[in-house]
Formats: sequence, C-alpha cells, structure tokens
Amino acid sequence: MNRHASPSLTAKAIVGGVASSQRHDSAHKHVTGQAVYIDDMPEPAGLLHAYLGLSTVPHGAILSMDLTAVRAAPGVVDVLTGHDMPAANDISPTHRHDEPVLATDKVQFLGQPIFAVIAETREQARRACKLAKVEYAEEPFVTDIRDIDRRAGKLVTPPLTLKRGDAQTAIEAAPRRLKGTMRLGGQDHFYLEGHIAMAIPGEDMDVTLYSSTQHPSEVQHMVAQVLGVPSHAVTVEIRRMGGGFGGKETQGNQFAAIAAVAAKRHGRAVKIRPDRDDDMTATGKRHDFVIDYEVGFDDEGQILGVDYFFAARAGFSADLSGAVTDRALFHCDNTYYYPAVKAQSAPLYTNTVSNTAFRGFGGPQGIVGCERVIDEVAFALGKDPLEIRKRNFYGTTDRNVTPYHQTVEDNIIHRIVAELEASADYAGRRQAIAAFNAGSPVLKRGLALTPVKFGISFTATHFNQAGALVHVYADGSVHLNHGGTEMGQGLYVKIAQVVAEEFQIDIDQVKITATTTAKVPNTSATAASSGTDLNGMAAQAAARTIRQRLTDFAAEKYQVPADQVVFLPNRVRVGNQEIAFGALTQQAYMARVQLSATGFYKTPKIHWDRDKGQGTPFYYFAYGAACAEVEIDTLTGETMVERVDILHETGRSLNKAIDIGQIEGGFIQGMGWLTTEELVWDAKGRLRTHAPSTYKIPLASDRPKIFNVTLADWPEAGEPTIHRSKAVGEPPFCLGVAVFHAISDAVASVADHRLCPRLDAPATPECVLMAVERLNREAGRPA
Amino acid sequence: MKAETQIRFLLNGAEVALSDVRPDDTLLDWLRLARALRGTKEGCAEGDCGACTVLVGRPTPQGLVCEGVNACIRFVGSLHGCHVVTIEHLRGEGGALHPVQQAMVDFHGSQCGFCTPGFVMSLYAMWMQDPDPSEAAVEKALQGNLCRCTGYEPIVKAARAISSYGTLEADFLATERASVAQRLAAIRAGGRVEVGTGKDRFVLPASVDDLAAVLEAEPTATIVAGSTDVGLWVTKFMRDIAPVVFIGHLDELRTISEHDGVLTIGAGVSYTDAFETLSARIPALGPLIDRIGGAQVRNMGTIGGNIANGSPIGDMPPPLIALGASLTLRKGGARRTIPLEDFFVAYGRQDRLPGEFVEAVHVPVPAANTQFAAWKVTKRRDEDITAVLGAFAMSLEDGKVASARIAYGGMAATPKRAKAVEAALLGQPWTLATIEAAMQAYPADYQPISDMRASAEYRMLAAKNLLKRFFLAHGGAEMPVMVTRERAA
Repeated sequence: MNRHASPSLTAKAIVGGVASSQRHDSAHKHVTGQAVYIDDMPEPAGLLHAYLGLSTVPHGAILSMDLTAVRAAPGVVDVLTGHDMPAANDISPTHRHDEPVLATDKVQFLGQPIFAVIAETREQARRACKLAKVEYAEEPFVTDIRDIDRRAGKLVTPPLTLKRGDAQTAIEAAPRRLKGTMRLGGQDHFYLEGHIAMAIPGEDMDVTLYSSTQHPSEVQHMVAQVLGVPSHAVTVEIRRMGGGFGGKETQGNQFAAIAAVAAKRHGRAVKIRPDRDDDMTATGKRHDFVIDYEVGFDDEGQILGVDYFFAARAGFSADLSGAVTDRALFHCDNTYYYPAVKAQSAPLYTNTVSNTAFRGFGGPQGIVGCERVIDEVAFALGKDPLEIRKRNFYGTTDRNVTPYHQTVEDNIIHRIVAELEASADYAGRRQAIAAFNAGSPVLKRGLALTPVKFGISFTATHFNQAGALVHVYADGSVHLNHGGTEMGQGLYVKIAQVVAEEFQIDIDQVKITATTTAKVPNTSATAASSGTDLNGMAAQAAARTIRQRLTDFAAEKYQVPADQVVFLPNRVRVGNQEIAFGALTQQAYMARVQLSATGFYKTPKIHWDRDKGQGTPFYYFAYGAACAEVEIDTLTGETMVERVDILHETGRSLNKAIDIGQIEGGFIQGMGWLTTEELVWDAKGRLRTHAPSTYKIPLASDRPKIFNVTLADWPEAGEPTIHRSKAVGEPPFCLGVAVFHAISDAVASVADHRLCPRLDAPATPECVLMAVERLNREAGRPA
Repeated sequence: MKAETQIRFLLNGAEVALSDVRPDDTLLDWLRLARALRGTKEGCAEGDCGACTVLVGRPTPQGLVCEGVNACIRFVGSLHGCHVVTIEHLRGEGGALHPVQQAMVDFHGSQCGFCTPGFVMSLYAMWMQDPDPSEAAVEKALQGNLCRCTGYEPIVKAARAISSYGTLEADFLATERASVAQRLAAIRAGGRVEVGTGKDRFVLPASVDDLAAVLEAEPTATIVAGSTDVGLWVTKFMRDIAPVVFIGHLDELRTISEHDGVLTIGAGVSYTDAFETLSARIPALGPLIDRIGGAQVRNMGTIGGNIANGSPIGDMPPPLIALGASLTLRKGGARRTIPLEDFFVAYGRQDRLPGEFVEAVHVPVPAANTQFAAWKVTKRRDEDITAVLGAFAMSLEDGKVASARIAYGGMAATPKRAKAVEAALLGQPWTLATIEAAMQAYPADYQPISDMRASAEYRMLAAKNLLKRFFLAHGGAEMPVMVTRERAA
C-alpha cells in the first residue's frame, strides 16, 4: 500500500464503484494492527490521564466527599468534581438538565461518576480513585420496574400514545381475547473498544478532542456548553471507533467533557479511558421492557384490536429514552395490520444507569412484544404461528395504515416470507421436527419464521440532514469528508464508492478522511441506520457540483456541447478525444475552476406530529425474514441453534459484501440479546454483569450450525435513495427474534403446543428450564 | 544462590533484557506503553475477549511450543526465556500480508477491526497446529476471542481458507523455529532469576527444589503459574501481589506420568498440555476441558493453579474429586499427600501451609466397570464460568449401585461431594425410581446461592437433572440426552 498505482485509462469500469463488493477500506490495517484507534495515537508530550471515581450507593445525598488521600496519591495532579465544570455541569443530550458531568449533591445510581482524578499515568489515576472517602445519606431506590406500579411510576421524559380506531371496543367485541405480560431484558453494547477521549488544549478558548463517538457534533456542543465557549472553539475528530452500536451516540459526552475541562485547566493534553468494568457500569445500555398486551381476534387468527403498554427502565435521566420508547411503539405493529390499536410508552425513572441508544433503538423491543401477541393468538387457536403471521400481514393496497397513521406503500413482506418459507422448507421441517420430538424425551426441537419491517429515518425530523465536503486536487485525486462516522459498518467505503462513481475514478483515488466538526458542521449522529442514506446523498451532491464545473469547463475549453462531455472510467471524453481525469483537473485548476464543494441533503417527505401521534416519520421501510431451528435440553435448559435461513433486502445494494456482513453480524447480536446476554442487578443496586466474564455475548460456537444468508436481489428502494439502496444497520438485528421464537416453539412441544410458553427474554438456560417446568406443571405432567 | 537480576526474552525476534520490571507489570501494558506496539488491544483486561492475544513461544523438551496467550493478564516477569510475537511481526512472503491476514481481508473478516489483531493471532496459532482445520477446530480456536460486529461467519470462513494463501513450510516463524529454540535455551540455561528488591521483587526459581527453598524463605509470596486467576487480582482488584514467584518455566512441574493406573500431573501442567493424556485416558474429561476458558486461558492456566486457588467454581476439582484424586503438597523437602476433597476447607481457605505449594495431583483412571461423566452448565456454552458442574463416577454390580462418587461445583462454597446423594444410591437398583429418590437427597448436601450466573432454584434443579442425565446416558435412554455442537451428517 506504499506506492500508489496509476489508474487504468482503458478500463471498461472503474474499480470500486457502486454495487460492487468492496472490502472494508481499513481491512488491511485491521489485520496488521495498523488501524489507529484513539488509544493508539502517538501521545502528545506531557499527556495526563483522567479516571472516574464512581458512586458506591444507588441513591442518596452526598453528605461529604473527602478527597484528601486522592489528591496526595502518587502522580495525582488534580481532582475534579462537578463544581469544577467552568460553565455548566450538564451533558443532558435532550436538554432536560437532568444529567450532570459529575454528580454533586446527590447520586442516582450505583456507579455514577462523582469525581475525576487527573494524574501522570492512567494507573496512578485509577489507583487514586479508590482512596476517596464519600459519605452518603442513602435513600430508597428502585432498580427494577417490576417492583413498581408501571402505570403510575415517575417518568424521565413525556410518554407517547399511538391510537388508531378504538382498540378497547374492538377487543371487547372480538370473538376471542386474551392478555398477558412479558419481560424483555436489556443489552450491553459490548463494543470491543471501550469509551475513550483525548483532549488537546489550543490557543484562546480552543480545544481539540479525539473522541470515540458516533456523534461528533453533539460532543462538540456538550463540551462547549460545559466549558462555556462557542462551538467554534471546540473541534471533535474521530477516524474510527472499535464498535459503537448506539453506545457511543450520547455516552461519549461525559468522557470528552472531563478530558476537555482538565486539558484547559492544565494546558496539557488529557486522555481518559475507563476500564471495561467501569465502562459497563457507568454507561447506558439497551432499555429493558415490561410489555403488557391485550388482544382481540377472531377464530381464524385475524387480529381485530390490540392494546400495548410498553414500560421501559430508563434509568436516572432522560438521555434518549423518549425517542427509544417512541420507536418501540412505532414497531409494535412489525409487519401486521391492526384494525384498531392503542399503544402507550412509559419511560420509567429507576436508580440505574441511564439507558440509551442501541442498534434498533427500541424498535426490536416493539417487534418482540408484537411477535409475542402473534404467538399468543396462535397458541389460543392451536395454529402454527406462521399462519397467524401471514394472516395479519399488511396489505399492499388496503389494510396498510400503521398505528401512527403512515400508509405503508412499499410492502414486500409477502414475497420475502413466501420465498424464505420455500427455500428453508418450513413445512417439511415442521413435520420432521414433530417426528423428532415425538421420539425424543429429553431433547426437543423448535422452529420459527419471523418477519421484520423496520422504519428508516430519525423520528426527530431535523436529524434527517447531512453534509459533505469534497476536494478534487489538481492531480485528480480526491479528498472526501462527510458527517458520518465509521464504527465498523463500512460507511466510509460505501460513501467513497458513491464519490468514485460520480467522478468515474477508481476508489483508491478517493481519500477517506476522519470525521471532524471542522470540515462538516452540525452533523447528526451516525445512527438510525441512516449513515449511508444521508451522507451518501450529501457526498454525491458535492461530487456532482464539482463534476458539473468540470463539465462546463471542458465544454467551454474544447468548444463542445456539454452533453458531449462524458465521464468514463478514469478519463473524460470531450467530443472526440479522451482526457485522463487527472489531466482535466489539472487544466481546470490552471483555468481557476473551483474544485472543492460542499454537499447537503435532507430527507424529503417526512414529518411527525408527536402530540397527535400522527405523521409520516419514515421515508421508507426495510424488510427481511429469518427462519430458525433450535434444539433444547429439557433437563438443563441448554439450547443450540441448529440452522438459520435469512432472506433480507437492502434495495439495490451499494456493496453486497458489506451488507451481508451487517446482516450476519446484526442477526447474531440480536440472537445474543434474546439468549445469553443477561444484565443482573443485585439487591444492593449493583450491576453484577459488567465484564465479559459475567456478561456473555455470542461466540463463534454460538453461530447457527447451518447459516444461510441471502440478499433478496429483486427489490429496489421505492424512493430515490442513494442509488436506490436501502439502509441495513438496524433491520437485521431484529431477525434474531426468530431464534427466540424457535426456542419458545421447542419449549411448547413439552405440552403438545397447547400452552403458550410465555418465555421471557433473554432465554437463558435457566429461563428455558423454568418455562419447561411450568409447562409440564400446567399440562399436568410429572417433571 | 547467586541469581541473574534481569529477565531476558525475545520480542518479535529481537532479544530484550529487562531489570526494571515490577512483579505485576502486564505484557499488554508493556507492549503498548513501553514499546509503543499498539496493534495489540485491550478489550477487557481479564482474559475473556482475546483482543490482546499474542503468541508466546517457549522451549520444551519436545521442542519449541508456540501458543496464543492473553497479554492483558500475562506478567512480563514470567516471560524469561520465551519468544513474544505480536501482530506487528506477522508478514507474508515478499512483503505481502501473512496468509492469515490475507484470508481475513478477502473474506471480510473485520468490521470495526478492534478485535481483529487478536483474531489474527489466535488463527495463526491454530493454523500452525492445524493447517486444514475443521469448522469445529476453528470454533475451538476462537473460544477466547469476542467479535461484536461480524457474527463470526466470515472469520470462520477465512480460518478454513488460510492454507490456500500460503504454506506452513514457508511461514516465517516455522523457518525460524530451530534458531529461536536455541536462543531461548541459551537464555534459560542460567539459574535462578531475581528481579527487584525487598518486597517488590519476583523470582523465577532454577528448579523445583529451588522453588521449595524460595518459598520457605518467603512463605507469603504469591505463586504464579499461568496467571489466569492472579492476573485479575492485579488488573481488576488492583491487589498488591508482591513478592511473586513464577513457576510456569519449571519443566519439572510440567510433566504427566502414569503408574499403576494413576496419572500424576505436575502442578504446572496447563490445560492444553493435559488435554491429550486426560482425554485419551479419561474420555469424559476431553469435552469438559474444551469448555474451560478459551484457548489462550487453557494455554496459560494450570490444573494445579485451578486447585491451589480453591475457587468454588473451578472446573477441574469436581471431576477430580469424583475420580478420587489426591494431592501432593510440598514444603521444603517435606511432602504430604491428601485426598483432593480434603484440601478445600472453606470458601477461600485451603489446607495449604505457609511456604507450602501444590506439587502434583494424582488422578486414578476409572476402572473398566466404572461409569464416569462430568458436565458443566453455563449461560453460554463456551468460555463461560460454571453455574453448575456435576461429576459422577459410579459402578454397578448385579444391576445395583456398587460405588458412587459424586461431586459438584457451583453448589457450595467449595467443590463438594454429594454424600447424601451417594448414600441414597448405594446398593439400590439402577432404575429411574432410584434416581428420583436420590434427587430428593440433594438439599441435604447443598444449599446453593443465587447470583448473576444462576438462581439457587435453577442450580438445585439443574444439579438434580444432571444425575438424571447420567442415568439416561448410561443405560436409561436410547436417544441422545444432551445438546451438542456436532453437526448432523
């Protein structure tokens, strides 16, 4: 990679255009250890290290904080408390003023940062933290929303209600009705690179931050707010994260703010990196839910009315809990039409870390609640759940209005599911499994096919904008920058493909550069699966501006009509002659043509009135389905995923290799959420699962034994998205639901599928065994 | 005894001599901070995620052994006479990527890339042992590596294709093997190594006799074999472990022998080194050992250390107790041998005197008429800490239970025999009714606790059901009675 190859001037196609399976742009650096993460950067001379001191009680007033021994510890340069924040001790991302950088008068969860030690080495800072003497007046606390009245509990942010029709009347009038409750666990992001920030003080008010964040602009705004300086004084840069998954959308603010404050206090660079245990204890996770549901349906399994109550453990502050619980409601329909529906959210205050964004952003929780209702209906009628699913699918011309009154215009779920049902041989395996189970007293198999429809756009409409900056240098090489961040999802390479395509140059002529607030301002978080959709369009717009200037220049210089200027691979045909791209840009430069441009994009069509619960919050939907087969051990509850078949669509894919990687990875992450990943708080309010030794994400040996992933190659985005591709970040996470339902199906077999297992999630061996026991009891069988 | 005052080892082929090493300096911090080799990452600092995986080559009587280890919990002091190979050292022929690296690139095996150097090193270690690995072999090699992005599918595909990118014969480490072994042997030819002064020092004894002498003089020293447990005392609890005596380099403690049907396993034998013998002689132990930690932990962790530290959830003590194992403890020149089950006195307390150390464990191979099984139940199948582990050794005569030794982990404050259950079985006919009656005896043996791994209720139920599984697996059922990772043909 040292010498740059000259582009071919006779190629029929460029290397690395859109719709080609490009490798991740950093793959060769990943495998050689040369990819630089923030902790790997060369350190400025005099670098100091910060470490967080955490509260040791879950709720109470801080009576006194004796930091004498901390200050006296070897290497300690400074100790910061909330009172040392120069302008504001506030990093609440939704501006509710409910989240301090460092808690001052009271603590609201065990593990809340209350001071920060600044020392010559990280080891010294970390050891010194243990020397603090803090007195608390402890107060009653609640960690689990099952322990409180969920309909009357304190909320951290206003709830949402979606209504269409009169759900209660419809349920009461239905031939059949049932109600139930489900508990659905949370999830730690477990990005392999934990949170980290490094601040380098500059002149005047300036500070530059390297922050492992999905949302550099928010880090910029928060740091500016804490320091009391204009945004222009704060520059935030991030080349790559070692994973984000939503965990670095708002949660990086705290670390960046502390590093920045310390850096400005001491005029020295400051780095902060918590240990994994502290990272998991002190930063937010996926919201766990308790979902109450009531459904009315007919004898064929058609749902007539449904009522949901989605209560979530929000933690001590709002963070993004409002938007997350909103999105749970937006997905309580999944792929199904409800003639009448009411759905309410309750983002409940608890004395736990403030929960936050996580891939799917509440959507998966909505889908899990919805699919439970489908299962209930199926068991009540003694039908295969897949039959009930298909019976309730949204129509394509009618029965197509969502609980939020948006009409579903791009529904392709019928075909997706039909194709998967056939390719996975659902019917044949259903029979084979029944035969297996009949002859197998201990081991039981289960099968499930679950669909996904996922709404694409930020539901906060103003986030649906993006900017890009493209420079073409005189030699024809291109510098690309945009507001999206790279966390492994392959955003950078996809956007580079888009730009290479516009200029018709090989992708290695396009330099991918770190995201920085100094080049593209006011960016949105790289979140909501929108990174490519938004930034791709912005980069395309910038590139098109420059291409148009080059076209106009060439047309004028060579005296040909503009339509005779054609961009061919690595060259431009102008009239009858072909000019190397780099030669044309050189000529343009000499002629004083501006070869730099910004691009901007805002998603059209969308609007959302939260007070009314009505609008068109999503630009389009992404669809997919998964079919899972599992085996369970009815003596121990251990499970094994035997086979999974996935059919998923990403429109006209920009990069199939990257998209398949997102689907496989998303699926496994979703499966982990619903199986082995369990968060446990003890009676003292301590999170007991705060490291990989106690918190179990899937391993290679948890993959399905047979794993078939197929991209549906026939759909394209109905809307004019970037090259008619579709978002792929979050939707496949929801495919993991199939494994959960397959486990449920296997459990159900112990009572001949007459009782709904009502499995809670995650379906750990304990959860599965206890469900087996309960079904045996309820079916009147000896254990 | 005159001692060397510096440790010497090879780092990526170049010799390093250090005299300013603290006993608890970790290899990972040393690589990243002192050497600015930042390709090796910290993901968890507890040996569970594998992002810090490096190779450590060590000379053995059988030649140079090159293994993946967790640099985060490996102490620098233990590396005397070893060869540390990091991701920066990997290279293919003629400046190309190494075959492992190229396969990972071509199969899209990285997304965020942070875990990737660790995966590359684990796969490299696997490939050197097994250039044509089965899917199961790859999964085993990757038990100690977490990836949150890819879902592993492309990594497994890459792993199986490595040999299509290059041969082992041409591999740079393979070609250096003999010369590296020679250089390491020369380093190890010296006697005792002592680095540091006063309490803040560590010792690498010259021999087991020397170890005995060192411990007699310094009875409170922390003995460190594989550091898979002690490493966390440092990285997680910030405990002061000095002075430290490292024993992993003592070949005398790394031997396995068999006399009169009893295996004698030296206290320094790693799980990896024990695997071949134990799984051959006591087949039920093979799958159990395969589920202890990941490859990196099994390469470092020792059976002796697992016993000596007395964890209630150590995976080897219950099966060894069920097998009737005994333990030789040594203090100075004096040795005593006790039944293993008597070693565990109470939570965190073992029958080990100051200055005494575990020298060997003696494991009787079950007689032909003895049925033996050991099963571990965990939240996640691999690389998880036991919720419940049951081990059963039983013989039948005339359809009745003639002998029964049952022990559990995770059910009490120590690994513990199920004596009431055994009594309920002895002399009874081998029937489901007998098993169900014996299941009633469990509360007399165990009152398990609830924690993040499992509830007390689940532990009790699963423990009882493992006895039922044992019955079904040994004559009580025709059908398979446990889920396996093996693929149907």
